[in-house]
Amino acid sequence: MAVCIAVIAKENYPLYIRSVPTQNELKFHYTVHTSLDVVEEKISAVGKSLGDQRELYLGLLYPTEDYKVYGYVTNSKVKFVIVVDSSNTSLRDNEIRSMFRKLHNSFTDVMCNPFHNPGDTIQSKAFDGIVSGMMVQTG
Amino acid sequence: MDPESVVASAGAGGSFISLNEPEQRYYSGLHSLCQADASGTLSSSKVAELFKASQLPPESLHKVTELCGAKRLGYFGTPQFFVALKLLAAAQSGLPVHLESVTANLPLPRFVGLKNEPEMRYSAVPPSIDGQGAQCVSAPGSVCRTPADRSTFRHLEAKVEKKEPWSPPRSPSSSPPRSPLIYRGYPYTKKRNGADSQIAYESKHSSRPIVLLEQHSSPSNHGTRANADHLAMARASSSERLDQQGAVDYSDDDPWRITEEQLEYYTNQFKTLQPDLGALILGTIAKNFFTKSKLPIPELSHIWELSDVDRDGALTFPEFCTAFHLIVARKNGYPLPESLPPTLRPGVMQQEEDIPDTPESAEPLIVFEDAEPRPSQMDRSIIERLQPSLATTKQDLKEESCKQGVKRMTTSQEKRTLQFGGFPDRPEAPQDLDPHMRTKTRPRSHSSTSFEDTMKKAEEPPTPPPRPQKTHSRASSLDLNKLFQQGAPGIKSGWFPPPPALPPRPLTSQVSHFVNVSEKTVQQPNFADFSRFREEEESSVKPEEQGPCSRFGPSTEDLANASKQDGIGVCHSQPPQKPLRRKYHPESQNLETGPPPAMPFPTPTKSAQKLLSKQKREIQMAIRKNKETNAVLTRLNSELQQQLKVVHQERVTLESQLELLRPLAPT
Repeated sequence: MAVCIAVIAKENYPLYIRSVPTQNELKFHYTVHTSLDVVEEKISAVGKSLGDQRELYLGLLYPTEDYKVYGYVTNSKVKFVIVVDSSNTSLRDNEIRSMFRKLHNSFTDVMCNPFHNPGDTIQSKAFDGIVSGMMVQTG
Repeated sequence: MDPESVVASAGAGGSFISLNEPEQRYYSGLHSLCQADASGTLSSSKVAELFKASQLPPESLHKVTELCGAKRLGYFGTPQFFVALKLLAAAQSGLPVHLESVTANLPLPRFVGLKNEPEMRYSAVPPSIDGQGAQCVSAPGSVCRTPADRSTFRHLEAKVEKKEPWSPPRSPSSSPPRSPLIYRGYPYTKKRNGADSQIAYESKHSSRPIVLLEQHSSPSNHGTRANADHLAMARASSSERLDQQGAVDYSDDDPWRITEEQLEYYTNQFKTLQPDLGALILGTIAKNFFTKSKLPIPELSHIWELSDVDRDGALTFPEFCTAFHLIVARKNGYPLPESLPPTLRPGVMQQEEDIPDTPESAEPLIVFEDAEPRPSQMDRSIIERLQPSLATTKQDLKEESCKQGVKRMTTSQEKRTLQFGGFPDRPEAPQDLDPHMRTKTRPRSHSSTSFEDTMKKAEEPPTPPPRPQKTHSRASSLDLNKLFQQGAPGIKSGWFPPPPALPPRPLTSQVSHFVNVSEKTVQQPNFADFSRFREEEESSVKPEEQGPCSRFGPSTEDLANASKQDGIGVCHSQPPQKPLRRKYHPESQNLETGPPPAMPFPTPTKSAQKLLSKQKREIQMAIRKNKETNAVLTRLNSELQQQLKVVHQERVTLESQLELLRPLAPT
């Protein structure tokens, strides 16, 4: 269960950020922002195939003492970042992958919505629903 | 909750309850009002409130409760509830509270303090709603049942255009959504005299029609006219307003149900965007269209999310109806649901076909009350529900994604819907359409192919069973249904508008084709089809949407190829326009509907017989016409042959002269 989920646009501004413990939101925002550097680094590192078979799932970006940060980038350079609690060790890699897949699917649904302009913040209830389903159920 | 139980319960008292349209709506609305749980039983407290609101003496209420069977059962099921409502209406109109009273044509029961509405309000619905709305605007608009909603309504008042032609839907939507609004409205109405809130509510709605921005002329006229009427009516009693809200029965359940008129309107709107009813509306086009409704973009975005169930970025016809309906509901103040309501869900709607529904469904597609009211009630509800699914079905058929059974149902419904949708557009459509549709509606409840069965039965006696292949595949069933409706009663494909430019010219060539074909297949049903086809061609005047035509074209072609007769027809019709093809198919389809198997179910034989005789007549007429055309063409042929000979001779002479001159030329 994630504590924070963020969607960052190609230009590295956030399209969607949501974290569960709302009191520490700023910290998560900062974490996500710093993780972007790691994402960029990973993207450029996989430039050999020029994205042909570039792994969308970036894996663990970096761990801190409190939590782990996972990254996922789409072919249009939209990045998904999931922050999970370190104490939550039951989360396996493929679970994170499935979370990213779900995020990606619902993100494409949002994009398909003609009323959504790419570049706008995501204000979709369906997307919110998916994200809430993935968040830590802390009370 | 099914009509049978209503009948049964009523039957217990020796009378059969037949609810007409406004009653059904009203009762459905009240039913939703009192609906406590999904099991169909109504919360007794809410029912008690309702009964108290009817302002009848307690002993009458007891009697009503006893008679309707609730006392026996211990709870109010839907049939009991409906019987009770009828009894209340009877009691209010002064009749003795007895089961026989329910058979009388009663006005709707009146409930003070509820948003129910006497039937008069409802019957006047479209105009009245508009008028009321206008009135309401002037009324103390400050009174709002639900302040939040009302403010939204006010906001929405200005935006209408789409809402305008929707008076009936509006009124239902105006009725508060089931739980939150009901409660709010209820105490409100009690406190504030109900009317005020109603007025405010309605004013919102009507103001919409008044505003009418880009309405079609007719709707706007309608709206303005209605407004005028309504003003007068609005002044009438507050109960009217209440009725408006409640009469349409759109509680949480009903507002999310698409009525006939709504569906028609949606169909027309869809056609303006995309003539082919089976095609998709692209996202951008839909966006521009829905943006006109002036709803905020996030809401439109949410509506899109709800309605684009296949997530393809485009709207099929049922998706479009869903979206449109949600927009209208939203403009009428209903909060957007988090998930698609069951009645709007295309898949659910299709599935609902098989489940006989209570007669509380809003307007039946066809008020079919002569024979078998019970199935007709079911059919009506199903029809109504299926209408949107029909469109879906069409899509599905095309995309081949629906289940067979559902499809059959839906196709029949589609036919019906399409027929219906096309019907207003084509006043010249033969009246046969109605009985035809009735026939269809009746069987519908039983099976998807009920309609086809009926038709087939009708078909079989007069003509040899058409090719079975036609009826097997989804596409064919779709065509069959559509065609069947068209052809069988001799309807001149009001549905498929032939391309305007083409009809005159190709006719002769067509006719020649037909003549040849008809000669070959005099005995065959196709022959009749051809002639019908030709007749339709000739009779079709206005260019109507080509959507159905093009849609049918390919499918009919496929069908044609399936059978030799069809093949012939197709070959002949290839050069002619698409409508010809279409028509051909429908007719051949119609004839062929006989053999296709169908689940037996009580179809009215009378209508079948009528259809049979009609078809016979049509066929005979077609034969006669074909013969005439044949004669004309043979004459023409002989003349042309003569001319050809003459031209040949001239040519020969000229050539010989040339030969003579040639040796001289070089020298």
